[in-house]
Amino acid sequence: MMEPGLYHILFISAALFFIGVYGFLTRRNLITMLMSIELILNSVNLNFIAFNKYCWPGKLDGLFFTVFIIAIAAAEAAVAIAIIINLYRSHQSIDVENAEDLKY
Amino acid sequence: MNLLLLIGAPLLTAVAVLLSRNQQQVRWISLAGSVVQLGLAVALLLAFRQETAAGNTEQVFFEMNYPLFSSLGINFHFGVDGISVAMILLTSFVVIAGVLVSWNIENLPAGKAGMTKEFYFLLLLLALGAYGFFISLDLFILFFFLEISVIPKYLLIGIWGSGKKEYSANKLALMLMGGSALILVGMLGLYFTAGHSFDILTLSQTAIPAETQHLLFPFLFLGFGVFTALFPLHTWVPDGHSSAPTAGSMFLAGISMKLGGYGCLRVATYLLPEGAKQYADIIIILSAIAILYGAFATMMQKDLKYINAYSSVSHVGFSLLGIGMLTQTAITGALMQMVSHGLMTALFFAVIGMIYDRTHTRMVNEMGGLMKPLPFISTIFFIVGLCSLGLPGLSGFVAEMTVFMGSWQNDDAFHRIATIAAAMSIVVTAVYILRAIGQTAMGPVKNESFLQLKDAGWNEKLAAIILVAGILAIGIAPGWLNDLLRPAAEEIMNRIAGK
Amino acid sequence: MPNATTIALIPLLPLAGFILLGLFGRKYFKASSGIIGTALLLISTILALYTAYDYFFVYGNVNGVYQKFVPLQLTWLEFSEGVSIDMGLLIDPISVMMLVVVTFVSLMVHIYSLGYLKGEERFPTYYAFLGLFTFSMLGLVVASNIFQIYIFWELVGVSSFLLIGYYYDRPSAVAACKKAFIVTRFADLGFLIGILILAFCSGTLDFATLIERLTSPESNEVKTSVTYSFLGVSALSWGAMLVFIGGAGKSAMFPLHIWLPDAMEGPTPVSALIHAATMVVAGVYLVARLFPIFSITTPAVLELVGWVGAVSAIIAAIIACTQTDIKRVLAYSTMSQIGYMMFSLGVSGYGGEAALGYTASMFHLFTHAMFKALLFLGAGAVIHYVHSNDMKDMGGLRKYLPITHITFLIACLAIAGVPPFAGFFSKEEILLAAYQNNRTIYWIALITSGLTAFYMFRLYFNIFWNKPHHAHGENPATAGRHGEGGFVMMMPLVLLAVGAAAAGFIPFGEFVSADGKPLVSHFHLNFSIAPVAIGLAGILIALWFYKKQNDRPAKLAASLGGLYKAAYHKFYIDEVYLFITKKILFNLVGRPAAWFDRNVVDGMVNLTGKATQEVSEGIKKMQSGKVQQYAIYFLAGVIVLAALFIYVWR
Repeated sequence: MMEPGLYHILFISAALFFIGVYGFLTRRNLITMLMSIELILNSVNLNFIAFNKYCWPGKLDGLFFTVFIIAIAAAEAAVAIAIIINLYRSHQSIDVENAEDLKY
Repeated sequence: MNLLLLIGAPLLTAVAVLLSRNQQQVRWISLAGSVVQLGLAVALLLAFRQETAAGNTEQVFFEMNYPLFSSLGINFHFGVDGISVAMILLTSFVVIAGVLVSWNIENLPAGKAGMTKEFYFLLLLLALGAYGFFISLDLFILFFFLEISVIPKYLLIGIWGSGKKEYSANKLALMLMGGSALILVGMLGLYFTAGHSFDILTLSQTAIPAETQHLLFPFLFLGFGVFTALFPLHTWVPDGHSSAPTAGSMFLAGISMKLGGYGCLRVATYLLPEGAKQYADIIIILSAIAILYGAFATMMQKDLKYINAYSSVSHVGFSLLGIGMLTQTAITGALMQMVSHGLMTALFFAVIGMIYDRTHTRMVNEMGGLMKPLPFISTIFFIVGLCSLGLPGLSGFVAEMTVFMGSWQNDDAFHRIATIAAAMSIVVTAVYILRAIGQTAMGPVKNESFLQLKDAGWNEKLAAIILVAGILAIGIAPGWLNDLLRPAAEEIMNRIAGK
Repeated sequence: MPNATTIALIPLLPLAGFILLGLFGRKYFKASSGIIGTALLLISTILALYTAYDYFFVYGNVNGVYQKFVPLQLTWLEFSEGVSIDMGLLIDPISVMMLVVVTFVSLMVHIYSLGYLKGEERFPTYYAFLGLFTFSMLGLVVASNIFQIYIFWELVGVSSFLLIGYYYDRPSAVAACKKAFIVTRFADLGFLIGILILAFCSGTLDFATLIERLTSPESNEVKTSVTYSFLGVSALSWGAMLVFIGGAGKSAMFPLHIWLPDAMEGPTPVSALIHAATMVVAGVYLVARLFPIFSITTPAVLELVGWVGAVSAIIAAIIACTQTDIKRVLAYSTMSQIGYMMFSLGVSGYGGEAALGYTASMFHLFTHAMFKALLFLGAGAVIHYVHSNDMKDMGGLRKYLPITHITFLIACLAIAGVPPFAGFFSKEEILLAAYQNNRTIYWIALITSGLTAFYMFRLYFNIFWNKPHHAHGENPATAGRHGEGGFVMMMPLVLLAVGAAAAGFIPFGEFVSADGKPLVSHFHLNFSIAPVAIGLAGILIALWFYKKQNDRPAKLAASLGGLYKAAYHKFYIDEVYLFITKKILFNLVGRPAAWFDRNVVDGMVNLTGKATQEVSEGIKKMQSGKVQQYAIYFLAGVIVLAALFIYVWR
């Protein structure tokens, strides 16, 4: 059995990233879009860990970054869901198309 | 003499105006403030003359320097030379006259009920900007005061204006801001090439490479040129003036356009002499065009304010021509023309305002025979018209002749032809001025109701007399103004000649 | 030595009158303004006469040559080292003579106006303007600096403007004053450029230095300025020519004369003062002042002066024969007589016997001031009486206006050159000078002299003889209830008549000559036969045509046909000017300039504004509010940046 290398992990991370981007751009449902953002963030986390492990094994910078991102992602999810709930209250829907009038 | 007084007086007056309770207080406080300013300006002139008489040969007098952002090389650096003194004097004359003609602004067609306070505040703010501009020796501070004087114009025209006032206010503010942007670029260019200094005196001692000067000069000259209605950047002038309230027009033409002229000379030409030499021919061509073309365009106007606005373009051309000629006499003439035109055009707009307030029209063909019901106003109209066409004994003549004499010192065909072209405008000026006077003040009375009009009130008389006194003081005895301006012009010429 | 205070007071007293009456006249001196103005001028006149006596008989003549004195010179405006406008007093024969002429005629007009304009509403204003004019004219006369002359030159122009436009509610007066000012302004443009050239060539504005530097052929100034040239004419000649154009404009020389006839819209005493005796001769005075330059350095220009004068003289005389407005006849006659003075300068040389023309010109200026002022004041009395300017409304007035009749006759005889009246002597000298130097001009002058006699006596017979006309205007027998105008109007007439009759006996050449040395004029009996004969012939023809009413003038006019019509319409010169100004300047220059400014230059500004708006309109579309669209822009941006970082900015 082959030991998974850096490229394997990068491949998965890239796939995860683009799935996230695809989801973000195509879904109309704000919750799904939020989930897509989580995918993108996690793909970044994966990258950080992988680079840390393979390129600078002695350091912890990548791991710290990942922890930060997880914390921020949690906060972001909380804020985003709060916005979505408010949007639902005013528009009775969480379709992103309905959020257009926020530009005014 | 402490130059900060010159900024302090209008500032305090403006604050006092804001704090005052009613129209009566506002007017008297403003008048008192402007009298103080006039007093200060005259005191400055006397103090300056005293210093010169005492043999003081410094470049600038009454210098004061306080650091503001030392790390960036920005200082409150003030000081005056002859040019500044003359300009400050002009400003104080126009301010007091402007305050006086706006005395009844509330009751006039353009007036807004209950907003007298704001009107006077803006006037004083504009004056503050002008005083600050003329005493600044630091480009950054100079720019700051220049911008201070732009905003009030926008509001004055936009709120108290007439006709298509929003359009004019926008156009004026945007064009002037565009000019400011050019100035800023040029200023920063200077700052970085000359070792991080905004100080005019320091910059004037610094050797700036000729290529840099060629590059930066157009920015500064065109930028200030917008303010002083350099052809073809003059189109804010007719619209701005025609929409502005009387005092607004007076300040605009009497003070604001002079900021530009002063900047063209003090900043662009003085600091970048090589650039000035490089572009002198273009300046001459543009100003000769402006002089003649402005005069011909004036000939076709029927609205009194348009007449004066276009004639301003033509007259201001003389100061730019003088700058472009790059001789000491011509530059003195250019400065004289600035002072003279400031007084004259302020008076012209004041008279137009007085006529408009009474007849409710500015169209010359709807007037006629105003001499009968309005002898005082018509007489002033005559005087200012004659000043405009360069009658000896009034200030216009002195300034124009000095420009011509100075221009003629360049003995090549190009300068000669430009001078002759400019001189031709004295005939065209006579044509349009006499047409305007002939159709308004003279001739049979066209509208019988005009016979019931009342002549000027005390405030209008006083305003007119103050400005006429200024015009006569220059026209009859130009020596004192010449003494004030010539050494300064010589200093500029020395820098241009590379001494 | 001349006393500076005395001489300075001569112009300053009328100025004081102007300031006093102009500021306070309407309020405080409504009735007394005339007296105040006249009294001040009387003092001026006495001072001028005293100065003249002092100069000519006490100190002026040193070793047989009349000297130039500059008792006062103040720097007014300094342009650069050595070039400055000075206000000074220059005392030499011609300026002293002019002081006397100006103050005397002005005094006469002041006195006359007391009666003529009595009861006018703007009486104080009128006297204020007269004061301003007299001040400016005197300042012009004593100017010691060429720019000083220009300053006062403009000031006399504006006082003339104000006085022509005195009846400001008449459209014709407004048009006339504008025309007078603008036409002379156009000429002044030439004068100004001429001054600039002369000042540049000589490096000074002071008359004495200027003349000194530009008349000696060896001087550096002349040598360098000859090398500059334009269109094959040297700079100095251009300068002299342009200065002459200024003089020609003020002196109403062809083709810049069109303002003078219209200027008759002003009150008649004003016409007598400004447009006959003083201001219009300023051009002659200017040429005389710079005569050494014209004569020594630029003789070609002097010849031009001669020709312009001669052409003006004859054209004006022809037109004068056809006009019916008596003031216009006099205006053309003025132009014709000034033409005499001009060509007399033109044919003159510098120094000695050859300078006869110069002396003759000044002499004629002097005598002309007397008789022409008299003619105008007489015409004023007539107009005052019949309330019309047209000679068709006059006739047979000799019974009603006896003093006016006699004085007018004296003036007519003087201008016609009948001995022993003043005009005879001065005209005689002019013709002699022309005969010696330029025969063509001499013949023109001789013909003009006949025409002069003819039109003057046509005027005289039409006003005072002929049959009384009642068709137009008022009946002369009943019209003038106020009679001839009383003492104040008659006294100036009589005094001027004495001058017109006797001024010729002054040995003028003794006092005034080009180089200051006395010039003895020889009286040639044989020579004077032709001019006198032709003058008498003119008078007789006029007598035959106009003494009694008959149809001979109409027949003559018909037989001359086109020529008569052209002369009647002043050779259509006005129309040409009107075409140039109205059609060309207004429609082809002014209108396009105004259009260009509003549409092209301002259009550019508006276009910039529009373009900014359009662009921001486009950018605004991107702000759709669609989150996913923003995400795509963001992604695209990231990809582009990434690509750039990877492939371009490695």
